[in-house]
Amino acid sequence: MKGRITVQLRPAILDAEGKAIARALGSLGFGEPAVRVGRVFEVDLGADFGGDAEAARARLTEMAQKLLANPVMETFTIDVSTGTGGAP
Amino acid sequence: MRFAVVSFPGSNCDDDCVRVLTEVFGQTAFKVRHDEHDLRAPDAILLPGGFSFGDYLRCGAIARFSPIMAEVQAFAARGGPVVGICNGFQILTEAGLLPGALRRNAGLSFICEDAYIGVEGRETPLTRGVQGQVLRIPIAHNEGNYFADTETLTALEAEGRVIFRYVAPDGRRTAEANPNGAANDIAGICNAAGNVVGLMPHPERCAEALLGNTDGRRLFESLLAGEAQR
Repeated sequence: MKGRITVQLRPAILDAEGKAIARALGSLGFGEPAVRVGRVFEVDLGADFGGDAEAARARLTEMAQKLLANPVMETFTIDVSTGTGGAP
Repeated sequence: MRFAVVSFPGSNCDDDCVRVLTEVFGQTAFKVRHDEHDLRAPDAILLPGGFSFGDYLRCGAIARFSPIMAEVQAFAARGGPVVGICNGFQILTEAGLLPGALRRNAGLSFICEDAYIGVEGRETPLTRGVQGQVLRIPIAHNEGNYFADTETLTALEAEGRVIFRYVAPDGRRTAEANPNGAANDIAGICNAAGNVVGLMPHPERCAEALLGNTDGRRLFESLLAGEAQR
């Protein structure tokens, strides 16, 4: 069981890094896209939870709430995969 | 007065704090490791600057779960003075002892320079009698851009809990005086009870004439004077 937790700044918060990247993309001829920078955590839960995706999601949510994201300024999304191969 | 200075892996201003308290002010100060469970009965706690746990994840996010932080939380809950400087401030916000968060500087650069800091707001252990003064104190950080939602900012302002603000040398608030994009030019705040204080500037780096600046002394003097009154 694997999870992917994506953490991003809250939409209302100015993302200075994303803006700088957007400007760089603009200078490369990609127009003026809006860019938000986030961070991805791939968590391998091993054999825990068997195939119970909902239980795995609950555990990953707890991880994100407690440590991986700061609710003051960030939000997170979670993807769960039961595959044993690469990242979900 | 007894000071516990908490050392996390990557703290690098802990010795500076101990030196100022012992050598300059003749107090008792000692380092307490992050993995200890006993603060050894201090009168006040300092969380020093540095890069605790490599600043991995977010500044202070890992340090806040250190065993000693449970003791710091309990000490703060009893009303004991807790001062977080720079990374210490970041740890206090991550721990929920102070509201808001310190984001990456708006200019995306590490800033190491003197800043002018207006002292204002309510009385705290660190600022008692210093209110209204403008101090020149070095800052050195990559994540000093104070952020809180509008509701929190409004409450902080209304309750006089903004105790340090970036200002021009003459004390005026200007856009240029704000080095890092901090909301409301905030350089430091306190908790609702006033005993927990966090600030980005480094008073321990300007408390000796040899270093060319003694403005930081006034904050330590406030800390010591407050204890004498208790």
